[in-house]
Amino acid sequence: MADNDTAAVPDPIRAGIASGWKVVDLSKPGDHATLECDVAIVGSGAGGGIAAETLALAGLSVVIVEEGPLRSSSDFRMREAEAYPDLYQESAARKTADKAINILQGRCVGGGTTVNWTTSFRTPERTLLHWVRHHGLAGYAPQAMAPWFEKMEARLSIAPWTLAPNENNAALARGTAARGIASGRIRRNVEGCANLGYCGVGCPLNAKRAPLTVSIPEALSRGATLVTRARAERLVIDRDRVTALDVRGMDASGTTPGTRRLTVRARRFVAAAGAIGTPGLLLRSSAPDPHGLVGKRTFLHPVVVSAALMPQRVDGYAGAPQSVYSDHYLDTLPLDGPVGFKVEAPPIHPVLAAITLPSHGASHAGFMKAFPNMHVLLALLRDGFHPESPGGVVRLRDDGTPVLDYPFTPYLWDGVRRAFRAMAELQFAAGATKVMPIHGDGTAYATDQDAARAIDGFALAPLVTPVVSAHVMGGAPMGPDVRRAVVDASGRHHQIGNLYVVDGSLFPTSIGANPQLSIYAVAARIAEGIAADLGPVRAASR
Amino acid sequence: MRRRTFLALGTASAAALAAAGWWSWLRTREASEKRTLGDDGAMIVAAIVPAMLAGALPVAGQERRTAIGEVVIGVDRAIAGLPAHARAEIGQLFALLALAPARRAFAGVASPWPEAGVAEVSAFLDRWRDSGWALKRSAYDALHQLILAAWYGNPRSWAAIGYAGPPKL
Repeated sequence: MADNDTAAVPDPIRAGIASGWKVVDLSKPGDHATLECDVAIVGSGAGGGIAAETLALAGLSVVIVEEGPLRSSSDFRMREAEAYPDLYQESAARKTADKAINILQGRCVGGGTTVNWTTSFRTPERTLLHWVRHHGLAGYAPQAMAPWFEKMEARLSIAPWTLAPNENNAALARGTAARGIASGRIRRNVEGCANLGYCGVGCPLNAKRAPLTVSIPEALSRGATLVTRARAERLVIDRDRVTALDVRGMDASGTTPGTRRLTVRARRFVAAAGAIGTPGLLLRSSAPDPHGLVGKRTFLHPVVVSAALMPQRVDGYAGAPQSVYSDHYLDTLPLDGPVGFKVEAPPIHPVLAAITLPSHGASHAGFMKAFPNMHVLLALLRDGFHPESPGGVVRLRDDGTPVLDYPFTPYLWDGVRRAFRAMAELQFAAGATKVMPIHGDGTAYATDQDAARAIDGFALAPLVTPVVSAHVMGGAPMGPDVRRAVVDASGRHHQIGNLYVVDGSLFPTSIGANPQLSIYAVAARIAEGIAADLGPVRAASR
Repeated sequence: MRRRTFLALGTASAAALAAAGWWSWLRTREASEKRTLGDDGAMIVAAIVPAMLAGALPVAGQERRTAIGEVVIGVDRAIAGLPAHARAEIGQLFALLALAPARRAFAGVASPWPEAGVAEVSAFLDRWRDSGWALKRSAYDALHQLILAAWYGNPRSWAAIGYAGPPKL
């Protein structure tokens, strides 16, 4: 798909392939092969990508199995219509079982990190301390995690964003200031960023420093093998060991398994398929689960959205998508009290805006015609810290694909209502002439009082109040107690000695912040543990 | 055979003749491509598009027919990119809506799809959006997402919303 628009940008992935990287596209015809290695990794995102690099740097032989395609800067043309089907799970339309929550997850080499908005937060200290106190994770205190955050921040160029926020984010800063509420600036994992604003559809400049541009190339240049368009069907388990990974190539569409098969034999296996994929793989493999924990306590940071019109242009599609946030509504509430929420601004691109705005016909078209003046905030609920926020459950459909059932509780709807109120207040404080909480028929309000009154009366309900998620966490939690955790604090499966989980599935609660850096840090730590466990380098027998 | 039936219906009114216009255009465009909507599904989507996108589509003429045809193609492509379970559910929705008794009873649309005007289809969309039955709301949601994404992912829609498109590198 390269064209003249992007031909001038060097593409390290295509250069690497030309230099002889071992990359196999399993959607292409071929015989059933067997690969042997030290570590087989399922998934190439925030967890799998960092694990692959860490293990390859330790001199171990690595095979990475990724369901999605390998795409790179030459392919990234900043078009939503191309990117969503190509780079996202289920064309960016993955839903919960009741279809009430739309889940954005990556499905390409680099996983979600290839298409995320580069927002980089350390795991909040309150979250880590909660894990120490309530989930037995004594080794995850803030001071113990700090070196891992520092290591990943250095590796992925995570640093303060020094350019001025775009207007969509600047309005959030103004709104919070006007209301005397704290806001902060977001750090980003970029280098040479041209402030284009198209992070969510793949960076055409390779400015995003992430598994796709950093970790996977490092692993491949050290001899790792990357198998793409390859679905990990099941781990072959013999009592307390995984003996092999059965892999099936996808068909050309990428949506359906094809006919080509692959077997991977390894000394250690790493599940890093994301917090829906990893529990799905464990369930398909009938992995021992004596306490019925796999797929339970899956969290989403459920997100609700508020749109507004500003008198001036906002041009929310241009510029770093996220640079300002407010934790006011998290920090002013106890962790185990009413659900708190983080407020951020999203990028505003035509498809994303159009499918987010409720209703149809004239009211929808009217708001879209004001597209350049559209301002959008989102509130991300911190789920998983309260008995009335037990999260969802991943189960398998008849065809073996995983699906998340995430019932919304009154506890969460209470947070949604407060979030709508807060976002409307901030938007009016920032100068909005109209605010439209994304709910029901999409009525817009001209004053804060009108909006507040309406929001108090909203009949909040699934498929009436659109909820989205871009952060799936939990489902294979870590912890020392086999009755409460699937893996131990080192990421090792409690019942299967050579199986590790290295992705957001590990988290015993949600993070309370965009999770990429949390996953990077835990992945680096667990992968170094795997490398140490495998001892001084000795290549797998071939 | 379904196509012949549809084209026969299409002679029934001026509105349907316009629909037949984009339809033949769609047939030539998509002859070599795998289609997932099927003839009935394409007919239903083409009938819903003018209501879902009322106020957004070009108002008349070849421009409008082309836009509707491209939205149908976009919806078809989007469905092709969904996993089997989602394709099956959407297929069931269109199969149901294609049956006249179900169209009348379930969707409340009295006219055959090719003859249903914007007002009639808009009323149907309002009812499903506001339905007390989550199944209808989820079906509305699917139509909303598919059709709006197909139109606003199409560069043809961008000028009217003041979006200049991605920057040139």
